[in-house]
Amino acid sequence: MKLIRVLAVAVLALGVAACQKPTQTKPAEPPPATTDAATTSGIDDSAAGARGGSGTLTPQQQALAALKTRNVIYFDYDSSGIPQEYLSVVTANAAYLIKYPTARVRLEGNTDERGSPEYNIGLGERRAQTVRTALLAQGVAAAQITTVSYGEERPAVEGHDEAAYAQNRRVEFVYPQ
Amino acid sequence: MRISQARRRAIVGRTAWIALVAFAYVAPAAAQLRLDITEGVKDAVPVAVVPFAGQPEGGPNDVADVVSGDLRLSGRFAPLERADIVERPSQASEVRLEDWRLLKTDYVVVGRVAPDAGTVGFELVNVRTGQQMLAEQLPVAGRTLRAVAHQVSDLVYERLTGIRGVFGTRLAYVAVEGRAPNRNYRLVVSDADGYNPRTVAQSSQPLMSPAWSPDAQNLAYVSFEGGVSAVYVQRLSNGERRRVSARAGVNGAPSWSPDGTRLALTLSRDGNLDIYVLELATQALTRITTDEAIDTEADWSPDGRTLYFTSDRAGNAQIYRVSVDARDDVQRVTYTNSYNARPRVSPDGQSLAMVTLDRGYRIAVMDLKARTLRVLTDGSQDESPSYAPNGAMLVYATDARGARVLGLVSADGASRERLASERGNVREPAWSPFPAR
Repeated sequence: MKLIRVLAVAVLALGVAACQKPTQTKPAEPPPATTDAATTSGIDDSAAGARGGSGTLTPQQQALAALKTRNVIYFDYDSSGIPQEYLSVVTANAAYLIKYPTARVRLEGNTDERGSPEYNIGLGERRAQTVRTALLAQGVAAAQITTVSYGEERPAVEGHDEAAYAQNRRVEFVYPQ
Repeated sequence: MRISQARRRAIVGRTAWIALVAFAYVAPAAAQLRLDITEGVKDAVPVAVVPFAGQPEGGPNDVADVVSGDLRLSGRFAPLERADIVERPSQASEVRLEDWRLLKTDYVVVGRVAPDAGTVGFELVNVRTGQQMLAEQLPVAGRTLRAVAHQVSDLVYERLTGIRGVFGTRLAYVAVEGRAPNRNYRLVVSDADGYNPRTVAQSSQPLMSPAWSPDAQNLAYVSFEGGVSAVYVQRLSNGERRRVSARAGVNGAPSWSPDGTRLALTLSRDGNLDIYVLELATQALTRITTDEAIDTEADWSPDGRTLYFTSDRAGNAQIYRVSVDARDDVQRVTYTNSYNARPRVSPDGQSLAMVTLDRGYRIAVMDLKARTLRVLTDGSQDESPSYAPNGAMLVYATDARGARVLGLVSADGASRERLASERGNVREPAWSPFPAR
């Protein structure tokens, strides 16, 4: 029997394909050849316009790469307070954002799967806002921060036990390219 | 009641489609949700639906199969297994009451498909009294035989219970495939029995919260396709849609006013999640809640004057009500258990379904006059309850064998079933209103 195949599909584009996610590293573009004396990265600290030598990262790219291991905060059950052990994550990201004022971060708030999905959007938003407030308190400009809550909709790991839940209650620091 | 192997039909896998219902008596044509009866009504009424004359037995167009499945789905009836139906009367006059009394069945449905006349005729016979309780000739009129069969089910159900049948209504739900972080999301509309699934939207970003307009023509839903949440309204007949809210911050939890002109929404544009009412024709926005807490998941009373919603202003999620026209008149509704969320008002306005934390997250119904709470389910992660438009049943999301599936429960909790997807996980179901008569 044929299925009723009325295809009223709205195919939706990926919205965030260009963003650097915490677990990925985008390789650096090889810089164009220059006729200047070769500049080596790591010494020239100026932000915009710094050009690395062939095959190396700019200072900003290096700084961003260093954040790769400090771009997620995990939360206790039913809590949106930043646990003590993750305050250094806030500090590290705040330092980067202050140093590079054109940099932008998106804070993505998430929950574990328990409870009502739309209420969990609220909990994820509350977590993202808490981190945002902590960044502002350290001097980051408000214009550099956006927040989004995915609630329980985008878990980091599948699973229905406490170990999975603990990895899903999180705020991720996402730096769009 | 176990579904025998002989009853199972081969399932034609169609990878593009979400699984639908597979009944005991119906050959699933495409991936179907499998119906499991987990707990039946103790006094489920035994009824025999005799294979209709004028059509081959078996296959998805077997009218008697569909009717049996519908009656079983309601939880109130125990249809006779086909193997136990040895006679084939096709008219009331051919029904030998003594034979049916031996089978301990209370009612018999007999009928015939007449393709030349373009009709399906049937009678409902009371086995004990011999009374012919219904006799109808239904025009096929361009419908599928399944649709006509659902009408037979509605008529039989209503005649025997006094309640309008929901077998011609639909479900919307979200189907999720793949594993984090590579999930794919679909918004699916199917028949109430899970048959005929149709993908109406799909995305690699989350889709949430489908909500039927009162005329059953449109779905509002939340999509993250732009990277952030936005609320869309999509016309089901042609797929046209418009984005009705893409304000800064959260856009969520759409709920249609009973007159179809407004959406209650959750927005965080003023700093934290609050309930707003959006006038669809003008985009005029009215703020309803102003508390600093999370206020979300609004649902309308049938008279359109009250909104029930979830708020954690008291420190944990509880349900509150607010008068749409007197917004400082906010009252707390739930006091039992430490978590109550996702209110859904029954069609008659007398009851409130919700998710409550009672040893596990479970579906409960509160009598709004008596303020008593009855827990209907016993899962650990039951959520997203939605009333059938006759108020007699709810669909909700639950677990079965490690997958997310849909559950059906009667409003009095007496019967419970599951609709399990062949593939992936199914969540956030919404039961359609009655189609316009």
